[in-house]
Amino acid sequence: MENSKIEFRNVSFRYQEDMPWVLKNVSFTISADEWVAIIGHNGSGKSTIAKLMNGLLFPQEGEIYVNGQKVSRETIWDVREKVGMVFQNPDNQFVGTTVRDDVAFGMENHGMPRELMLERIETSLAAVGMQGYEEQEPHRLSGGQKQRVAIASVLAVSPKYIILDEATAMLDPKGRKEILKTVLEVQEQRNLCLVTITHDLLEVTQADRVMVMNEGEVWLEASPREVFSKQEQLQEIGLDTPFITKLADELKAAGISLTREPLNHQELLEELWTLRSTM
Amino acid sequence: MDITFDHVSYTYQPNSPFEHHALKDLSFQFSSGSFVAVIGHTGSGKSTLIQHLNGLVQPTEGAVSIGSYHLQAGKKNKKLRELREKVGVVFQYPEHQLFEETVEKDIAFGPSNFGVGEEDIKQRTKEAISAVHLSEDMLQRSPFDLSGGQMRRVAIAGVLAMDPDVLVLDEPTAGLDPRGQKEIMDMFARLHKQKQLTTVLVTHSMEDALNYADHVIILKDGEVYKEGAPLEIFKEKEALQSVQLDVPEVIEFLGEVERTLDEKISYQGQSIAELAKELAQVVKGGRDHE
Amino acid sequence: MSSSMMIGQYIPAGSFIHKLDPRTKIAIIFFFVVIVFFANSVMSYGLLTLFAVGSAFATKIRVRYILKGLKPVWFLIAFTFLLHLFVTREGEVIATVFGWELYREALIQGSTISLRFFLLIMVTSLLTLTTTPIEITDAIEQLLGPFKRFRFPAHELALMMSISLRFIPTLMQETEKISKAQASRGVDFRTGSFKDRIKAVIPLLVPLFVSAFKRAEELAMAMEARGYKGGEGRTKLRELHIGWKDYVVYGLFILLMAGLFLTRN
Repeated sequence: MENSKIEFRNVSFRYQEDMPWVLKNVSFTISADEWVAIIGHNGSGKSTIAKLMNGLLFPQEGEIYVNGQKVSRETIWDVREKVGMVFQNPDNQFVGTTVRDDVAFGMENHGMPRELMLERIETSLAAVGMQGYEEQEPHRLSGGQKQRVAIASVLAVSPKYIILDEATAMLDPKGRKEILKTVLEVQEQRNLCLVTITHDLLEVTQADRVMVMNEGEVWLEASPREVFSKQEQLQEIGLDTPFITKLADELKAAGISLTREPLNHQELLEELWTLRSTM
Repeated sequence: MDITFDHVSYTYQPNSPFEHHALKDLSFQFSSGSFVAVIGHTGSGKSTLIQHLNGLVQPTEGAVSIGSYHLQAGKKNKKLRELREKVGVVFQYPEHQLFEETVEKDIAFGPSNFGVGEEDIKQRTKEAISAVHLSEDMLQRSPFDLSGGQMRRVAIAGVLAMDPDVLVLDEPTAGLDPRGQKEIMDMFARLHKQKQLTTVLVTHSMEDALNYADHVIILKDGEVYKEGAPLEIFKEKEALQSVQLDVPEVIEFLGEVERTLDEKISYQGQSIAELAKELAQVVKGGRDHE
Repeated sequence: MSSSMMIGQYIPAGSFIHKLDPRTKIAIIFFFVVIVFFANSVMSYGLLTLFAVGSAFATKIRVRYILKGLKPVWFLIAFTFLLHLFVTREGEVIATVFGWELYREALIQGSTISLRFFLLIMVTSLLTLTTTPIEITDAIEQLLGPFKRFRFPAHELALMMSISLRFIPTLMQETEKISKAQASRGVDFRTGSFKDRIKAVIPLLVPLFVSAFKRAEELAMAMEARGYKGGEGRTKLRELHIGWKDYVVYGLFILLMAGLFLTRN
């Protein structure tokens, strides 16, 4: 489809008239098959972007388009079928009394027939590795399991875009890994667009593209490699960089010239290996 | 205060269909002034362990000593109040415990419960708020008007104001952004030294355990799986991975260096800059092989 | 740890009463409550008791659990009985104890009223013992459905009930957590004067409310994001089904009613 993208055109937003702007004249495009990570320190406006994308909030200025359709009060039901969201707190988005009921909730809202629901509950729970938990009650699940159910609930409605709004922030490292793995598998299988709003640097290095937000503006839009090459500037706006980036910077200071910014251990090691053999 | 666990077991709802052995025959000890990291997955017994430290629960079997206080299975401790004053606990998401109208009153809540004098409380409140890097102007504000990170600091100040000898921290940085996490951990490290505290940190972060602790206890299914100095513990990569725990990234990386470049750089707490220099020498081939 | 937490009194036993449509159970109880007041002979009371006790056995739930559920009302039943013995002064005196006279009618009325009371409580408690709260919620939504045309919010009511059920364990865990945090700051929930204890509740209640409101806000947002827009145009996964078992029960109940009217005086 030609219009498969989310587009922000000169979007400005504030919560109340007498409050400062949270987003200032923000424009960007996210196309339907990519993974975009949005980073920025707390209060940089990144969560607001997520809520604007599926009509939980409306901008005071500018327009937002999802697949060519302008997000407005009239179109939000269509938009919300296309854009699924997973939030931060695993408990506060679990609506059903059991896993099965929770996965069904979104489908019920969209008026899907019961037979389709039964089928989708099975396939989406399988996609996140939670089959066999249908009858479980939420308070018997771990945080990571609840988040996987939340992802299954979103998948069941079969959206084009999935937004993870700090969905791993409250999980332990094991739960975080599980979720990331789940999401990547799902994205690949179903050809989805993924927007992750995150503090997790490991997650950021794996994305196709990174948007760095600062004080309500898009500070930088680039590949992870490019973003992390600007270590000093990132620190100035309160963002951390991965260990490997820091090490690469110190290596440069120690007189080792690297051909490119390494994103993971292997890239740096390969480069060091080559360098040593040529020295 | 010295802390000793002597064959401690704890069972939730014994003799019922819901019986659950949270701790099984746990024994360890560490001396006053230690900084101990307790690591383990959700359900490994970490939170049950720390609840023993201020008598929120009593061991089902065995005995716990914290300084001169003893908690023994089947015996009632009459000095629980004193113990709780000496052992400050910062729970997970401590901002959820705030309730007073002003930050000042909330910080004063703990000490006033323990009967600290008014003048003394005033002094402590000021000290505590500056210890958590908030300005004194905040004292008159409502804690509910603050940002999440600020609320957490106020809650921590409320525990510090009790002037404890032992500080128990249950994942104090959970849910914060990386910068906030580092600030909070550095703050605890400083307080630990300044006030000569005994600190018990429950964490999922191997990096924090490596950077701040001098003793690590790894729990698995309510038992001690590994125990020792961080550098020793993190050498055992396989043992950690078999219980799905990671080694800290820097150690992981140096292991990979050894495998690909066949050069051993041992980790002794070097900074990234120092490591880079050693690594540069390896690459340049100028490293001495003594 | 709240693994033992149970909402309501539901006890799974897989009996055929458990498997009945919850609407059937509610309807039968409703009519049973009505016909209890028509009984007026030993035989008719006998029939009703037989039905109630028979149903109780059919649930396959152990008698001791059923009686445990009735515990809070034993006192009321006994009190009603005694009240009648002392207050009612009709019929002949059948015994005199230390100058106090026991009337025949007092004994009869006391027994019948306590028996009615007992039957009502027992049968209603069978509903909660054999039906999960969420099934009851579904049944209520369906049974009240027809009133929607009078703007009765049947769907909203049911949704509210089911969300409350969903969050009760979460809030209980939270209560435990906050009370431990405050106990660590020196609050004593267990001892002290009445006034002190009331004061000790404030540090518990305020955080609980704050958190409940925050949860409500976030939940509302999550529900909206998942396309919730009220009951209109919504389909349902949970379906209630009237099957042959339900018809058998209706049949039995009609027989009971017939029997009751035949055995009345």
